[in-house]
Amino acid sequence: MRYETGRRRGQPDSATDTLARGLGVFSIALGIAEVAAPRALARWLGMRGQERLIQAYGVREIATGIGILASRDPTPWIWGRVAGDALDLATLATGIEQENPKQANVGIAMAAVAGVTALDLYCAKALSGESPTPLPPLRDYSDRSGLPRAPEAMRGAARRDFQVPPDMRAELPMPRL
Amino acid sequence: MKALRWHGKADIRCEEVPDPQIEDARDAIIKVSSCAICGSDLHLYGHFMPGMQKGDIVGHEFMGEVVEVGAAAKGKLKVGERIVVPFTIICGECDQCKRGNFSVCQTTNRNKKVADAAFGHTTAGLFGYTHLTGGYPGGQAEYVRVPFADATHIKIPQGMPDEQALFLGDIFPTGWQGAVQCDIQPTDTVAIWGCGPVGQFAIRSAVLLGAKQVVAIDRVPERLAMARAGGAITINFDEESVVERLNELTGGWGPEKCIDCVGMEAHITSTVDAMYDRAKQALMMETDRPHVLREMIYVCRPAGVISVPGVYGGILDKIPFGAAMNKGLTFRMGQTHVNRWADDLVRRIERGQIDPSFVITHTASLEQGPEMYSVFREKQDSCIKVVLKP
Repeated sequence: MRYETGRRRGQPDSATDTLARGLGVFSIALGIAEVAAPRALARWLGMRGQERLIQAYGVREIATGIGILASRDPTPWIWGRVAGDALDLATLATGIEQENPKQANVGIAMAAVAGVTALDLYCAKALSGESPTPLPPLRDYSDRSGLPRAPEAMRGAARRDFQVPPDMRAELPMPRL
Repeated sequence: MKALRWHGKADIRCEEVPDPQIEDARDAIIKVSSCAICGSDLHLYGHFMPGMQKGDIVGHEFMGEVVEVGAAAKGKLKVGERIVVPFTIICGECDQCKRGNFSVCQTTNRNKKVADAAFGHTTAGLFGYTHLTGGYPGGQAEYVRVPFADATHIKIPQGMPDEQALFLGDIFPTGWQGAVQCDIQPTDTVAIWGCGPVGQFAIRSAVLLGAKQVVAIDRVPERLAMARAGGAITINFDEESVVERLNELTGGWGPEKCIDCVGMEAHITSTVDAMYDRAKQALMMETDRPHVLREMIYVCRPAGVISVPGVYGGILDKIPFGAAMNKGLTFRMGQTHVNRWADDLVRRIERGQIDPSFVITHTASLEQGPEMYSVFREKQDSCIKVVLKP
């Protein structure tokens, strides 16, 4: 037996969906760290004076994370993360200079961002490859009524020999004026 | 024997396990001829329900032939009889069973203390549905031990095929009870959220119980087509506003009766509350996504009824209870009291008033079960209902 499993229903498959959600949670966590502790991060990177920029990047990360988790289609938000990664890498590159005693830390940070960028890119491409709208039905179930006659003819057929049990009644008899 | 066992999120395997044995005088063993994957099995598959353990045998919709009967069940069951097994295990003797509230049987949950702690009081034991409800091995297997078998069974008339009888164990009476507890009047509009298998049976039940109009809400085209075949007006929530359309169909007053056949895993729509649920669930701060429940409370006509056969598992957030209270809504919900309705529904099938086999879209072997879980969950291949043949 062969099943039609290659087509998507306008929703991410579970693996991509899980990855996208994971990136959303990561984005929020990183953003909170950047907003809450910009001085410590700037000190660790040897990039003092960039605290405001780090906080701004933190706000961007939180907004992107919320967008990913809250939106029905996270694709544009994940692409937004890819763009943010490029910005992060460009900013970190300015820290690779002879005078920076924390050059090694900048290198570690750049390697980490590059790794996350690869994940972001993979996720964004996988999401972009999925159909954005529900596909038309593969089979026609318009003859599957389960009823022996047209529904209109069957309307109320069970009322003839069925009474709602007293504990499930909700209605008083219709008032007659 | 072979059985489908849960090993974690999206990890169901068909494995070799020891055959079940009679453990109590009220037990019986059945050889399963047909079993089905239920929408609520997907809550386990997605690991939304707590209380599963690796290796648990899943499945609570099944039927077959009695092959062994314990001494105390011999008066009620005979070897060779064909039975459908209700998903709720019942003693038939406790105060709740005597009142017909079988799904809250006080006796059959062997993990009563866990259920007491989680829910305040225990509910009935269930097959293959977490250790909160007894941790009983389920029916997606070649053989099953049926505890309290003298009460926990539905006898099937000779000649009734499996495909017509199987759903008496869960989805047919679940849809039926969802409609019955609305106390449908001939003047009522009944709105039903979710056109999965339970929703399909709720639609047909509401028609048979005489609703003036039945409105079904979903987004999957083939499910909406099946709903229309059963007599429903359909709303595709991807294409139009559910609230606006329901008000339009009811002269602005809203449907008198609303049935939630979706439960805890409501689809993520573009509404603010659905996005909120998704974000909160992703951060593990909420167990269920109650978008449907909120929408029902909002759109239901004042003094109307909200019926909830859809399964919820834990803590729900942002429920507009003020609207519910001020509108004077009646809430009816719960797992299905299967045996309360079974004999009546058997007669309706025999008389040809309904043929439950309409809902089957896929039949496969037990070995193909793991693959079918995925096909069903992803709504691939136009899948609505899967029957497995061990």
